[in-house]
Amino acid sequence: MTTRYTRDHEWVRLDGDTAVVGISEYAQEQLGDVVFVELPPLGKTLAQGDEAAVVESVKAASEVYAPLAGEVIEVNQALADEPAMANQHPEGAGWFFKLKVGDRAAFDELMDGEAYERFLETV
Amino acid sequence: MRYLPHTEADRATMLARIGVGAINDLFADVPADKRLAGLLDLPAAKSELEVERILGALAASNVAAGSGPFFVGAGAYRHHVPASVDHLIQRSEFLTSYTPYQPEIAQGTLQYLFEFQTQVANLTAMEVANASMYDGSTATAEAVLMAHRVTGRRKAVISGGLHPQYRAVVETISTMAGDRFVALAADPAGSEAILEAIDADTSCVVVQSPSFYGHLVDLKPIAEKAHAAGALLVAVFTEVVSLGLVEPPGAQGADIVVGEGQSLGNPLAFGGPYVGLFATRQNLVRQMPGRLAGETVDAEGRRGYVLTLSTREQHIRRGKATSNICTNSGLCALAFTIHMTLLGETGLRRVAAFCHANAVRLADSFSEVSGVSVLNDSFFNEFTVRVPGNAADVIDRLAGKGVLAGVPVSRLEPDKPELADLLVVAATELNTDADRAAYVAALKEVL
Repeated sequence: MTTRYTRDHEWVRLDGDTAVVGISEYAQEQLGDVVFVELPPLGKTLAQGDEAAVVESVKAASEVYAPLAGEVIEVNQALADEPAMANQHPEGAGWFFKLKVGDRAAFDELMDGEAYERFLETV
Repeated sequence: MRYLPHTEADRATMLARIGVGAINDLFADVPADKRLAGLLDLPAAKSELEVERILGALAASNVAAGSGPFFVGAGAYRHHVPASVDHLIQRSEFLTSYTPYQPEIAQGTLQYLFEFQTQVANLTAMEVANASMYDGSTATAEAVLMAHRVTGRRKAVISGGLHPQYRAVVETISTMAGDRFVALAADPAGSEAILEAIDADTSCVVVQSPSFYGHLVDLKPIAEKAHAAGALLVAVFTEVVSLGLVEPPGAQGADIVVGEGQSLGNPLAFGGPYVGLFATRQNLVRQMPGRLAGETVDAEGRRGYVLTLSTREQHIRRGKATSNICTNSGLCALAFTIHMTLLGETGLRRVAAFCHANAVRLADSFSEVSGVSVLNDSFFNEFTVRVPGNAADVIDRLAGKGVLAGVPVSRLEPDKPELADLLVVAATELNTDADRAAYVAALKEVL
């Protein structure tokens, strides 16, 4: 399954009309030890780029933005209970939330893994 | 030589950038009659001897709180502060250090802040307290803003028993934050129907107990109604010593407890600096404003203290911080902590019992004075008295007889003529039988 990335360092994978969202390996490395995540309420409708979640490390706090427009249909309670998962498995078990999306085209406009690697060299 | 880093050209560039003609235009919001037109009319120079003489004469026109019978409260209280408090806070490590929060060099400061927080949490029966706010009124305003963040609602219901100056600060700050509030009418009788004001838009209910007029408020039904509506109860006090006798707000269901801590450790000092207390429940801690000291262990397992949950704060979180306070009332909090430590639980209860007993005796004495009535069914150390005529005039006449007899409500509520015959009177452990006798005798004379 293709993983795509945003310039704000979220990743997103699309399965049918369900998008899974998390923060990238690079993001967790920059943040350091994650100690708290605040997840969006179920049912919340987000536009692309809206603030969706908050991730706090011992040294910083950042917003996690919705990479696609959609409705929040699931949040990762296991991550809320054990925020270190965002460090250990950022692009797997440490996912943040799932969105039900309408517009698949926006997904294809995001960076793929290679493009994101090239983008990281510029930041 | 004055060190002014900006050149005239720098200033002109900055003014042009923000579209202002002259620096004085930036003060347009200050009413013209409140602005100083020129320099103060002061002599260019005086000798030290002359300055001492002039200022000494000016100071002598003050009537010090301790110079006679003193029954003034309404948010600031005169208590006995042990001399050791002042002695200890004068240590230079405490007195002159600026924002000493680095754990590597400031374990003493961080430890007393941790102990201060523990004392505040214990006194209020809450789970967590911060390292202090500026004073009780700003702590109250911050509680309202916090309730808005927690509930996502923007309407605060404010009791008519809240100190009028606290109400004004809440109104100013919450209005600037784009929030709304509903302030109930002044409640000298302690009989307002606040439950009816709570609805599905309410973020919080702000209730002071003992109220500004002295009434003890049963917070439990208010907490129940607020919680049923999805709102928070913000409990306020201005006299922290009351917590030595009354059931703490945390035990009555309050979600945020704020108040003034001046009574412990801190003198009246012309109204400040004081120390705001702020406590809440653990599950709301990430929305709490202010600094927070935490206990931890170092690399070798030894106990130590650090600031914690700093990601709430402005230096990290910038515009999304929980508050723009990036500091605390450190020295006043230290004085509070030392005084509270010296008293201990038993000592605090004894001081509180003294205050209450003195207030009860004073209220009883007023029954000897015809035309004077006490409004309260319940009070801690402060109550409201109705006098014949204008209470401010009565206070002035009593001051002429050397008795500082209380605060006329009209001084804090100048636009409410229906309150002009009311007087808020406070007693503390410092009032003697002779003080009380002098008050009653003087009152009979001036009425």
